[in-house]
Amino acid sequence: MATIRVQTEAFDIGVEMAALCAGRTDIGGIGCFVGTVRDGAAGRAISAMTLEHYPGMTERAMADMAAEAERRWNLLGCTLVHRVGRLLPGEAIVLVAAAAEHRQAALDATAFLIDWLKTGAPFWKKQAFADGAEAWVAARAEDDQAAARWSAG
Amino acid sequence: MTDGGARVRILYFAWLRERVGVGEETVALPPDVATVADLTAWLGTRDPRFAAAFTAASTVRCAVNQVFAQADTPIAPDDEVAFFPPVTGG
Repeated sequence: MATIRVQTEAFDIGVEMAALCAGRTDIGGIGCFVGTVRDGAAGRAISAMTLEHYPGMTERAMADMAAEAERRWNLLGCTLVHRVGRLLPGEAIVLVAAAAEHRQAALDATAFLIDWLKTGAPFWKKQAFADGAEAWVAARAEDDQAAARWSAG
Repeated sequence: MTDGGARVRILYFAWLRERVGVGEETVALPPDVATVADLTAWLGTRDPRFAAAFTAASTVRCAVNQVFAQADTPIAPDDEVAFFPPVTGG
């Protein structure tokens, strides 16, 4: 079973890895992706990033993605943790970890999960700039294209 | 609002919530509203703020009962319908 969480507090990658592997000796590789708040949008410094989500649908969408990844790559476990609320530049936003018998499945499943998370789970980011202005982040065609490359599987 | 009538719960997120000025409402479902497209059109006639928000509508997405929906997705009494911009998580 996948671990799915939406939370305001920071996560500890070591703790999450230990939980993913606890009591198991059949895992051969774990893919891991951590998304962080990057300072600067089009060269403009930001003071914070606030994430909003749709409680209920978010967890459902994340669980569906995890189940799809587990099915496609025969995962032995996976963890999706997404933060919401106000985050500062440099803070971690999202953790994806996928455990499999072999590395390729673990790495591919990790890429699939973050690509799908960016386009298929109801989260929205709002940037606050150093001068006090705010702006919602626009969806990017590149993200749709990245997610679409997995659709044939 | 009369008791016993068909109702739907409507949620708005991100800039759509800011533009319509409300995050959530429960409305009596008009008898001629059968799909997401019908509901969107009806909301636009009810309040100019909705019409303005939905004019950017090529970019408005929808979910019915917490599953992504299309313009022709049916809407039934007691459904939860959400409108929001394209998602930007991860």
